[in-house]
Amino acid sequence: MIKTDVLIIGAGAVGSAIAREFSKYNVSVLVVDKNEDIGGDASKSNSAIIHTGYDATPDTLESQLVVAANPMYEKLCKDLDVPYKKVGAILPAFTDEQFEKLPSIKEKAFKNRVYDVEYLSKEELLKMEPNLNPEVKGGLYIPRENIIDPFVYVQALCENAYANGVKFMLNTKVTDIIVNNGKIEKVITTAGEIEANYVVNSAGLYCDEIAEMVGKADYKVVARKGQFYILDKNTSCKVNHIVLPIPTKITKGKLMCPTVHGNMLVGPTAEDQLSKTDKSTTTAGLDSIATDVRNLIPNVNLRETITQYSGLRPNRNPEGLHFDIFDDIKGYVNLSGVRSTGLTLSIAMGKYVVQQLLMRGANFKLKDDFIKTRKGIIKFSEQTSEVKEELLKQNPLYGNVICRCETVTEAEILQAIHRPLGAKSVDAVKRRVRAGMGRCQGGFCGPKVIEILARELGVSTDKINKHQDGSYMVVGKTRD
Amino acid sequence: MYKIDCTVAVIGGGPAGLAAAISAKKEGAEKVIIVERDNALGGILQQCIHPGFGLTRFKEELTGPEYYSRFTSRLEEEGVDVLLNTMVLEVNGKTNKIICVNGEYGLTEINAKSIVLSMGCRERTRANIVVPGTRPAGLYTAGSAQRLINRQNVMVGKKAVILGSGDIGMIMARRLTLEGAKVELVVELMPYLAGLTRNRVQCLDDFGIPLKLSHTITAIVGEKRVEGVKIAPVDQNKKPILEKEEFIPCDTVLFSVGLIPENELSKGAGVEINPITNGPTVNQYMQTNIPSIFASGNVVHVNDLVDNVSSESETAGKYACLYANGKLNSNSEVITVKTGSNVRYVCPQKIALQEGKASLYFRVLSPDENVTLIAKDGDTILARKKELRVSPGEMCNLSIDVSKIVNGVTVEVVKE
Repeated sequence: MIKTDVLIIGAGAVGSAIAREFSKYNVSVLVVDKNEDIGGDASKSNSAIIHTGYDATPDTLESQLVVAANPMYEKLCKDLDVPYKKVGAILPAFTDEQFEKLPSIKEKAFKNRVYDVEYLSKEELLKMEPNLNPEVKGGLYIPRENIIDPFVYVQALCENAYANGVKFMLNTKVTDIIVNNGKIEKVITTAGEIEANYVVNSAGLYCDEIAEMVGKADYKVVARKGQFYILDKNTSCKVNHIVLPIPTKITKGKLMCPTVHGNMLVGPTAEDQLSKTDKSTTTAGLDSIATDVRNLIPNVNLRETITQYSGLRPNRNPEGLHFDIFDDIKGYVNLSGVRSTGLTLSIAMGKYVVQQLLMRGANFKLKDDFIKTRKGIIKFSEQTSEVKEELLKQNPLYGNVICRCETVTEAEILQAIHRPLGAKSVDAVKRRVRAGMGRCQGGFCGPKVIEILARELGVSTDKINKHQDGSYMVVGKTRD
Repeated sequence: MYKIDCTVAVIGGGPAGLAAAISAKKEGAEKVIIVERDNALGGILQQCIHPGFGLTRFKEELTGPEYYSRFTSRLEEEGVDVLLNTMVLEVNGKTNKIICVNGEYGLTEINAKSIVLSMGCRERTRANIVVPGTRPAGLYTAGSAQRLINRQNVMVGKKAVILGSGDIGMIMARRLTLEGAKVELVVELMPYLAGLTRNRVQCLDDFGIPLKLSHTITAIVGEKRVEGVKIAPVDQNKKPILEKEEFIPCDTVLFSVGLIPENELSKGAGVEINPITNGPTVNQYMQTNIPSIFASGNVVHVNDLVDNVSSESETAGKYACLYANGKLNSNSEVITVKTGSNVRYVCPQKIALQEGKASLYFRVLSPDENVTLIAKDGDTILARKKELRVSPGEMCNLSIDVSKIVNGVTVEVVKE
């Protein structure tokens, strides 16, 4: 039996942020996740935007947390060395009908306490975004809608939590939870049984299945698929801001924005589905992105795409972000309805969960040796000549460029593998140092990364997976 | 920073770079250096262990390694320097400086009088052509699979479907079969073969591997490892006819869907890129818009035969040397070669009106039979050649006398 004060189910953005917040206190914390890597599911396939909450439903928990979280990111990303860029969003109106909606959108922002939303004229909009559809009539500016590297964000939270004593068990799926005498007796996982005073369900897409184990499933998760295009850094038609469409009654619509690494992101669709695993892209979905985004940016060149992907938002039915605790299951926290704003609100949710437990009498004592900062893996390609030379003197493997598209060196890949909570799969390497994220999508570096992973992990190449168990890259040796 | 001065710097040690370097040296360049990112020379030919190289140039059938060995074995006697394990980070088109990185020397600056770009090409991917579906393991470009099998000696899968009838795809169909895998099918979007006819005969027909023209993959299926693909025939607008979609189980999909000249360094240097070839616009000396920068091989346009790469690279190396030594007149009038009927592109795109001959390499837009290839200046025929068969997968060429050009050159393929 493994014993811990706090057990967190799910190492996505929310679970990781909660783990980091707990790590400020003198409690033992364990995070379990069914995946082979930290980073969750929805947290690694989204639009990578840090929202302001301007369009949330006012007076909801979601509004409260998103609005509270947004201003935290600038300092947090400095402390944890996470790529973050302040770009701002524009919301252009192209028809009279859309134009007439602007005051109500601004009013909603006001009700959400997002006071810095301003009107923009046609001229201002076209100056800010020269590639914008010239039919534009006017719009809104939402200055604090920003962009982040969502992969590194969650890695940074986990690494910092780990540095502060949090333990992680990956490839560990919760299979049952035994409730007895009004509290959780034990949590049964594929890697053994766990006893915990507090259990936090931050399982995202699977939070209803966990809730069902404790008999508290009064809702269902509805996976809402969002498909995206990523365009080449050299694409002929770029935008500088997050360019948002005016939402309709049915959908928030499809946006175009830069990523922190200089690619363009276009999407997403919003398609409710029964499957929690089907992350396929479809011709219909991708075509709908093309049609819709051309209303915003007529010259967008989707032929310059380097990849397409889809993510699943863990929407809730009935809808709404929920933080639930129960009198009849002491110490159990159920989080549900963490949807597209989940990445943004994660950091606030961490604080919210811990504070709520403190206010209910939890006896968590602050540590005096909490490590506030974390250093990321230095990106060789972004350094000055002087720093590059210094790095090369320290480690000649900085001279071995493995991923040519993103100029990722062997030294960086080795760090991705050997850091605490390091990469064990090809995709895990990619999410840490961007090897394979470029225009050739691993065509050049993929075979080399397989070889490096096998060498560093001391296994044969047929044991190297793309992501989870069973996603083997090669099948064995060739004939002699 | 470690510094090297040289007459001609050649970026890339594949077949193009090797031929260019030797040619520059033979022409009298004092110091020629090849900068190569891999730990060995030969480029992609290192993984091309099949025969079929050198028929034009050496009149015998060589494997890739045998072909490049004919060049690498001469480097020492010719006195060409080689810098291996060295990645070029930047080419400065104004100063002729190359910044590269090497684990042993650290950051290195190469000062050259002229530069030959011979970085080759990369493969178009599944994502570039937007094949929908999931993203499991088991999806490889044909060249990546070839590297894994032939250089790293690991097998990529047991049951494969190949999208695209390019040469590497067909060669990999045979290679997988020889390694004991089953190749279910080669699927080609176009109504005709993308690669060489001889590869269809030797790699598909001889091994009983079916080829479906005018078909495409409509979805990749599988979450962890590929479980299969959906394929469908396409209509005249290349749209899949979904009523006829069928599922083919497999654990591996190879993509042989085209090659793209690799010009990130060229663009950074300010070299003008031709939108059709995706490579530098060059004249008959393989000289780019920046007079000190030359380019040759697949970085300029994707060739069908390495023999052609070698010969155009010899041209690049020779004139890069002449330029470095101040012997190339760069002040003559320049004309643009025009494409006439059934010609997709011509390389070189420009001709400097000076003495000598120019070899024009070009590809047709669509297959045809019993045609005449013509290069003309108005009504004056500069060169003509009859061909029994032409196809977009096989390059055509004509040689013209540059001194005969008065107004301009148009290349066309006509039926007579």
